[in-house]
Amino acid sequence: MLSRNYSASYFYLAIILVVVFFLSLIFGAIVIRADEIMSAFSDFFSGREMPLQERIFFDIRLPRAINCILVGASLAMAGVLMQALFRNPIVEPGLVGTSSGAALGASLYFVLGATLKFNAGVWTLPIAASAGGACATVLVFLLSHRREASQSIISLLLTGIAVNALCLSGVGLMSYLARDPQARSITFWNLGTLSGSSWNSVILIGASTLICFFISLRLTKALNALAMGEAEALHLGVNINRLKVMVITVTVVLVAVATAFVGVISFVGLIVPHFLRLMKGSDNRFLLIGSALLGGIILSLADLTARLWLAPAELPIGIVTSVVGVPVFIFLLRRNQHYF
Amino acid sequence: MLRLENISVQVGSKKLLDNVSASFLPGKMNLIIGPNGSGKSTLVKAASKQIAVCEGSIRYSEKQLMEYSYRELAKIRAVLSQHTEVAFPLKAWEVVMMGRYPHFTNHPARIDEQIVVQAMDYFEVMSMADRDYATLSGGEKQRVNFARVLAQIWNAVPGQLRYLLLDEPLTFLDVNFQYQFMRKLIELEQKDDLVVVGVVHDLNLAARFADYILLLNEGKVLAQGQPSEVLVEEKIEQAFKIKPVMLTHGSLNYISF
Repeated sequence: MLSRNYSASYFYLAIILVVVFFLSLIFGAIVIRADEIMSAFSDFFSGREMPLQERIFFDIRLPRAINCILVGASLAMAGVLMQALFRNPIVEPGLVGTSSGAALGASLYFVLGATLKFNAGVWTLPIAASAGGACATVLVFLLSHRREASQSIISLLLTGIAVNALCLSGVGLMSYLARDPQARSITFWNLGTLSGSSWNSVILIGASTLICFFISLRLTKALNALAMGEAEALHLGVNINRLKVMVITVTVVLVAVATAFVGVISFVGLIVPHFLRLMKGSDNRFLLIGSALLGGIILSLADLTARLWLAPAELPIGIVTSVVGVPVFIFLLRRNQHYF
Repeated sequence: MLRLENISVQVGSKKLLDNVSASFLPGKMNLIIGPNGSGKSTLVKAASKQIAVCEGSIRYSEKQLMEYSYRELAKIRAVLSQHTEVAFPLKAWEVVMMGRYPHFTNHPARIDEQIVVQAMDYFEVMSMADRDYATLSGGEKQRVNFARVLAQIWNAVPGQLRYLLLDEPLTFLDVNFQYQFMRKLIELEQKDDLVVVGVVHDLNLAARFADYILLLNEGKVLAQGQPSEVLVEEKIEQAFKIKPVMLTHGSLNYISF
C-alpha cells in the first residue's frame, strides 16, 4: 500500500510521445510519407545525394520535431521545479519573468553582438539568454519578497507582470533596431515559433535538457520535503539555501536555452505539471520524469496545430499554448483563492 | 544529553535569548514553559539548527551542533511543530514517509516502509494512510506528523542518543488529544537513549507530566528544576504577571488563576 507505481504511467506517456513524434515528422506544409522517411535515412547513412523531399525532412522537419520534444520537456520541468520551490501550483517560467528575461538577453545579443563584433561562438547565444533570464528571475524574486508567505504569491505574480512588461518592451526596442531578420521578428520573441529549428539548436537544447534533467532528479526528494515548508524541510536534513540556488540555476538554464532558440512560449510549465498531479499526485520525482515526457507531447501537439491550422501559413505556437493554458491558469487561480 | 551553554540569540537590537544554560537528560520529560515572547520557540529553533546562536554553544552529546551537517543531524534529531500544512495534495503515508528521507537516497528501502507502518500504527493513523493529508482534522494531522517525526528517529543508533524536540505541539488540540499525546510521549521518553524537549503552554500539563521544567521569561532563565521547585507561586506570578491559585487534589497539584 505504501508506494505508488508510476511505471505504467511512464510507459503510456512514452508510447504517446513516440506516436506524436512520428505524426509531427509526417505532417506539415507538405506531407512526408513513412516510406520517404525510410529512404531518407538509408540515403543519409549511405551518403547518397538526397532529393528535395528528403532534404526538407532532414534539414527542417526532423530537427523541428526533436526540438518540440526538448523544448516542451525543458519548459515543463522548469514549471515543476519552480512550483515546488515557491510551494505554489500557479507559478511557471513565463509568469515570473524567466522567459521574457531570456528573450531580452538573446535579442540584446543579436543586436549588440553584431554591432560590438563579439566573437559569436556557438555557446554565446545561450549564455546571453541565461544571463537575461537569471537577471529577470532574481529581480522578481527580490522585489516580491515578503515576510508573510501568504502575501508573497500575489506580489510574485504582480512583480512578474511588471518585469515581463519591461523585458518585452526591451525586446521590442531591440527588434526595432535589429538587422538580423530572425531577431527583427517581434512575434518570434513574444509568441514563439519552432520554425527556425536547426541541428545546432537541437544539440544545444538537447545538452541543456539532459544535463538539467539529471541534476533535478537528484533534487526531487528535497523538493518533496519543501512541500511542508522551509522549516520542516530543514528539520528533515535539507540544506535549504543550497537547494534554492540549485533549483533557480537549473530552471534558468532550462528556460533560457530553449527561449534563445524558440522565443517565449508560456503556460507549458503550468499545464503539464497540473495534469500530472491530477493523474498521480505530487511526488516531484514522478512530476519531473512525467513532465519530461508529457511536456514533449503537449508541445509537439501544439506545434502540429500551429503548422496545420492555417496551412500553409503558420501560427505562432505561443497562441496555441495560451489558448489551452489561460483557462487552466484561471481555474488554478480560482481554486487556490485561499492564497490571496 | 542536549546541553545549552550560555547561549544568546539576537535579532536586530532585540535579545530573544540572553545567556541561557540548560541540560536536557535522556529518559526524562523535559518541558519548557514561559509567557508569550519569552524565547521558548527561539530556544527550540536554536537547538534544532534552524537559527544560529550569537554566543554560547549547543552540544548534542559531546559534539557541537555546528559540526553536524543538516543531513547528519536529521538522522538523530526530529522536530514537531505546532501545525504543518502542505502545499500540494499528499497522502497521509507520503507525509509520514518524509520522516525517512534522511535515511534513503532515491527510493525507500523495505525497512523504511516497515518503520512507516509501525509509526502509523503507534499513533493509530494507519486507517487514514491513503487519505489526502489536507482533508484530515487538526488532531488527525498532528497525529500523522507525530508519526512522521517518530519515523525519522525510529531506530536506536548504537552509542548515539536520539533527540525529539517539540515546539508547542499541543496548541491546536482539544483536551482529549493533549492528554493522549502526553501519554504517548511518556511511553516514548522511557527509552533511555531518547532526549525529549518540549515547549508547552499549559502549566497543568507541565505540572502533571514534567520531570524537569525550564521556565523562561524575557529571554532569560527564571527557574529550572523539578516541577515542585519551579511551579511555585512567586515564580509564576513573576513570569506571567498574574497571581496563581495553587490547588491540590489527591496527590496532584493544579494551578488556576
